[in-house]
Amino acid sequence: MSQAQKRILMAKTGLDGHWRGPTIVARALRDAGFEVIMIGMASTDDILSAAVDEDVDLVGLNIGGHIDVAKRAIALVQSTRPDLPIFAGGTIPPHAAKDLEALGVEVYPPGSQLSEIVDAAERLTGRK
Amino acid sequence: MTNDLPSQITALLKRAGEEDRPALARLLSLLERETAAEAIIRRELDSAPEKSPFVVGFTGAPGAGKSSLINALLPDACGSGSRVAVLAVDPSSPISGGALLGDRVRMQGHSQGQNVFIRSMASRGDSGGLTRITETAIRLLAHGGWDHVLVETLGIGQVELDIVNLATTVVVVLTPGWGDSFQANKAGLTEVGDVFVINKADKEGLNQTRVDLQDSLALLSTPLSPKIAETVATTGQGVSELWQIIQNQTAAMTDAGLIDQRRSLRGRKLAEKALLRHIESQAKDFLTTEEGGVVLEDISQGKVTFEEAIHHVVTKL
Repeated sequence: MSQAQKRILMAKTGLDGHWRGPTIVARALRDAGFEVIMIGMASTDDILSAAVDEDVDLVGLNIGGHIDVAKRAIALVQSTRPDLPIFAGGTIPPHAAKDLEALGVEVYPPGSQLSEIVDAAERLTGRK
Repeated sequence: MTNDLPSQITALLKRAGEEDRPALARLLSLLERETAAEAIIRRELDSAPEKSPFVVGFTGAPGAGKSSLINALLPDACGSGSRVAVLAVDPSSPISGGALLGDRVRMQGHSQGQNVFIRSMASRGDSGGLTRITETAIRLLAHGGWDHVLVETLGIGQVELDIVNLATTVVVVLTPGWGDSFQANKAGLTEVGDVFVINKADKEGLNQTRVDLQDSLALLSTPLSPKIAETVATTGQGVSELWQIIQNQTAAMTDAGLIDQRRSLRGRKLAEKALLRHIESQAKDFLTTEEGGVVLEDISQGKVTFEEAIHHVVTKL
């Protein structure tokens, strides 16, 4: 028998201090039965080591405007664990969203419904 | 995947033994996810040379600063080239089964050093302040070449004290204003600590807490009296001293034969816990069957007494 709780890493890139968004998303994911590992504001190296050590099934990045930092984190994670899906939220301008999507990252900009994000987590972790 | 679980585990154990982090991380996941994995891992580790890491358990109330303290201790714990692993346990929601594992928020900035491995774990309904698989997880970390394992229990701690069975040394984290002398004399926490830390020592009430704690500990009938340390984890004040105290106290306990004594009791305690857990899960399974439902209904309608119902259920296990 397997106990299939999926694990999701939630991190903020850059120096933006908006906590409310990722906290609410993390809470919704918890209530949907996921184990959410919060690391808060993190360097790209910290994001990588957390993704590896915690052996997560999905990475959620909250991006506060610093798209280049986010891209570096994505490149690091993808070079170490190419199979690991990544989704992102936060204040991401449309042109930057296109760049992220080109890297295989799903983008949920402000205005996205929590249920949409939970559905995405279920699909990306293979729970549904 | 489950079919070739044994060969998958053998391959991962070989890699983890060569200090491969992703392999170790995957083994910890299998241990949590696949019920069959634990027995296989234990059997394989039993046939490998035994490693005994230095396991320090940190317990105490929510918000006492256990995560911050562990974070502050990491540089000292890594001194002289030791590799340090952290297992941080947080509660699972009994309703959704999900969990918010937030201990890592306080443990940033260690990724540059390859000598720190941090793993967050959800309690997944286990009582005792840890998770079902903590002991095997510690053995896996030892196999992966991690010399010290710092275990952070759930933020609870009057009766949930399984850590005592697993740790070499138990550190109880308190804060000023934590309670008066009555709290200090209640059963539980004050009986199990080898080292007591009053964290947030810059807050009001430090002196009173120290006096209450000293009074309470003075009445203990343990062969070696626990040590008291004072820290401010967020500034690093007293943290190096705390690591020194933990090491000195462990050395004193070793000399007094207490560590060996604890180790020899461990197998028995763990077996007892595993047996009780098994019986509890069988009882829960029975109560979800139609027959079990009838028993519960009969009790609620007063057709049978508790004693009769218990007797009936026990014969079904």
